[in-house]
Amino acid sequence: MAEVMPAAADSLAAPQPLIPGAVDGAVTGWWRSPAGIAVARFVTALVLALIGFAIVLLLQGRNPVDAYTNMFSVTLGTAFGRSEVVVKAIPLMLCALAVALPARVGLVNVGGEGQLYLGAWLASGVALTFTDLSIWVLLPLMLVASIVGGGLWALVPAVLRAKGWLNETISTLLLNYVAVLLVQFFVFGAWKDPKSANFPQSPQFVAAARLPTFGAERIHAGLIFALVAVAVMFFILRQTRWGFEMRAIGGNPEAARRAGIRIGTYIVLALVIGGALAGIAGFGEVSAIQGRLRPEISPGYGFIGFLVSWLAGHNPLLVVVMSLLLGVLTASGDSLQISQHLPFASVNLLMALTLVMVLVLRGRAQEATR
Amino acid sequence: MTWATVLSFIQGVASGAIRSGASIFYAALGEVIVQRAGIVNLGLEGCMLVGACAGFIVASRTGNPYVALLVAAVAGGAFNLVLGLLVITRRANQLASGLTLLFLAYGLTSILGADYVGKRINGLQQLSIPLLVDIPVVGPVLFQGDVLWFTMLPAAGCVWWLLYRTRWGLSLRTVGESRVVAYASGLSPRSLQYQALFIGGLLGGVGGAQLSLSYARVWIEQMTAGRGFIAVALVIFASWHPVRAIAGGLLFGGAIAFQLQLQARNASVSPFLLDMLPYVLTIAVLLIWGRNRQYQMPQGLSSVFEGTD
Repeated sequence: MAEVMPAAADSLAAPQPLIPGAVDGAVTGWWRSPAGIAVARFVTALVLALIGFAIVLLLQGRNPVDAYTNMFSVTLGTAFGRSEVVVKAIPLMLCALAVALPARVGLVNVGGEGQLYLGAWLASGVALTFTDLSIWVLLPLMLVASIVGGGLWALVPAVLRAKGWLNETISTLLLNYVAVLLVQFFVFGAWKDPKSANFPQSPQFVAAARLPTFGAERIHAGLIFALVAVAVMFFILRQTRWGFEMRAIGGNPEAARRAGIRIGTYIVLALVIGGALAGIAGFGEVSAIQGRLRPEISPGYGFIGFLVSWLAGHNPLLVVVMSLLLGVLTASGDSLQISQHLPFASVNLLMALTLVMVLVLRGRAQEATR
Repeated sequence: MTWATVLSFIQGVASGAIRSGASIFYAALGEVIVQRAGIVNLGLEGCMLVGACAGFIVASRTGNPYVALLVAAVAGGAFNLVLGLLVITRRANQLASGLTLLFLAYGLTSILGADYVGKRINGLQQLSIPLLVDIPVVGPVLFQGDVLWFTMLPAAGCVWWLLYRTRWGLSLRTVGESRVVAYASGLSPRSLQYQALFIGGLLGGVGGAQLSLSYARVWIEQMTAGRGFIAVALVIFASWHPVRAIAGGLLFGGAIAFQLQLQARNASVSPFLLDMLPYVLTIAVLLIWGRNRQYQMPQGLSSVFEGTD
C-alpha cells in the first residue's frame, strides 16, 4: 500500500544502526531515544500481559502471586532452572531465525514446527541406520540430515510461493500437521522400539549419536549452532549485498523486481535456509535432549519461535534476548502444571498476551523499522 | 465386497461428510465476509476453538445446547474483535496478528476448559423431516441431522443476500477492494471492518460449537486440529463466494469422513497416513483451483498475501 513506501525507502537509504535510534540516543539520553522508547514499550507490554494473565488465574480461583513466585523461583532461582531456560532457548532461537530470515523478504513462515519435526525425523533415521559409525562421522551426518529434512519441508512452500501459485503462510501451516503425523507413523510403526511396549518411541540412540552437553546440565552443543546462526545472519543482513537486496524485496517487491533483483531465488533460499535452521533445532532435541525419536519432542518450539521473531522485530540479536525470555515462560509451563494444576498449554496465554500487547503498543509505526 | 457393504460405506461417507464438514463450512462462511472486507483472519482457528470451548462449558453448566450455541457464537464474535483492535485500529500485520490470537485461544481455552475434559453433555438433538427421511438411501443422509445441518443452506443464502443484495454488503465489498476508495466515497472502513469481523466471528464460533456440541460432544484441548486453517484456504477455493463454501465444506468433510470410514473398517492403510489426507487435499485443491481464483480476489487482500501490507 502506498503509505508504506516512505518508510520502506527510508530503511533502504542508510544501513540501520544496531538498535534503531541508538545514534540519536547518545545526544538526548537513552530513555528518550527510539531504543529507550522501544524498551519502555516492551516492559509495559510485559507488565500488562502479566497482569492480564493474573486476572485469568484469579478468575480460575488460583493465587497469581503464588503462581508467579513459583514460576520464577523454579526457573530463575536455581542453577538448574537457569540452565533449563537456556535449554529451551536453543530451539527457540533456531525456530525464530527460521521465521526472521523469510520475514526479511516479506514471507510469513509458520512452518517451523513441521520443519523441526522433519529435521528430527531424518536425523533420527541416520542415527538408527548407521549405528556403528564413530561420533565424528555420525553427528555431522545427522546434522546434514536435519538440514536436508527441514530444508526440503520448506522447499515445497517456497517453490509454490515463488511461482506465485500458493501463499506460503497457508501451505507451511498445513504442512505442520502432516509432519507430526509422519513422525507418528514411524514411531508407531517401522521405528518403534520393541522394548517399549506401550510408549510410541524409537529405540535409544547409540552413544555416538548423542550431541555432547556442557557439564552436568542439559545445555548442549546446539547452543553453538544457534549462536553461530545468529551471528552469520546478523552479518549477512547488515554487511552484504544479499542483506540489502532482501530488505529491498521486503520493502517493495515490485521496485526490487524492476531493479533487477531475482526475487524468486531469494524467496526460495530464505525459506529453505529458514527451514534448515528449524531442522537443526529438531536434531538438537532428538540427539541431545531425548536420545530417541518421540512424537512429543517439541512443546511447540516452532510456534513459540514465531512469537519470538515477531517480538524481536526479526532482528537476529534481539532474537537471542527474546528466546531467553520466552525460554523462561516455556520452562515455567511445567511449574504451572505442577503447582497450579493448570494445563501446560496455559503458558501459551501468557506468551500470546505479551505479543498482543506489543502489537497494540507498537502498531504500524515501528513495523517498517525492522 | 458385497453391494450392501459398498452402499453402507458410501452412506457413511456421505453422512459423515455433512457432520464433519459443517464446522468447516460455518467457519469458512464467516471468513468469506471477513475477507470480503479486506482482512485475512488466520486467528479463525482460535475463534473456532473459543466457540467450541465456550459452547461446551455452557452446555455442561446449563444442559441446554441451544443456549450454548448462542453463547459460542457471541464468544467467537467477541474474540474476533480483539483481532480488529490489532489490525484495524493499530494496523499491525494481519497474518502475524491472526496467529498471535490463535496462541491466545490455545492458552485461554486450555485453562478455561481444563475442568471440563472428560465431561459429558447433552449435544444438539438429531432432528428429521417426517416422510422425507423415509426415502431409501438418500433420506437418512439428507433429511436427518441436527439444527446446524438444516441451517447450512439458509445461512449461506443469508450471507449471499447480505453481501450482494444490501447496501451494507456493497459498502463492505468496496472496503475490501480499496479502503482508500471506500473512505473517499464517504464510507467508514474501520467501522465496516469491525462489523465484518464480528459477524465472521459469530459464524466461526458456531463452527467451533458444531465440533464440541454435535460432532465430538466432548471437550479436548486444541480439538479444532487445523480446521480453521482449512476454512481459510477454502475461502480461496470458494472464490470468496458464500454459496460455493458449501461445496468446499462438504468436500473436506468428505475427505475426513472417507478416512474415518476406512479406519472403522480396519483398512490396511496406517491411520496416521489417512489423517494427513485433509491437509494434503487442501494444498492440492488450492494448487489446482486456487491459481485461477487469484483474479477474483478482493484487491485489498493481495497486499496481505504478497507480504507488502
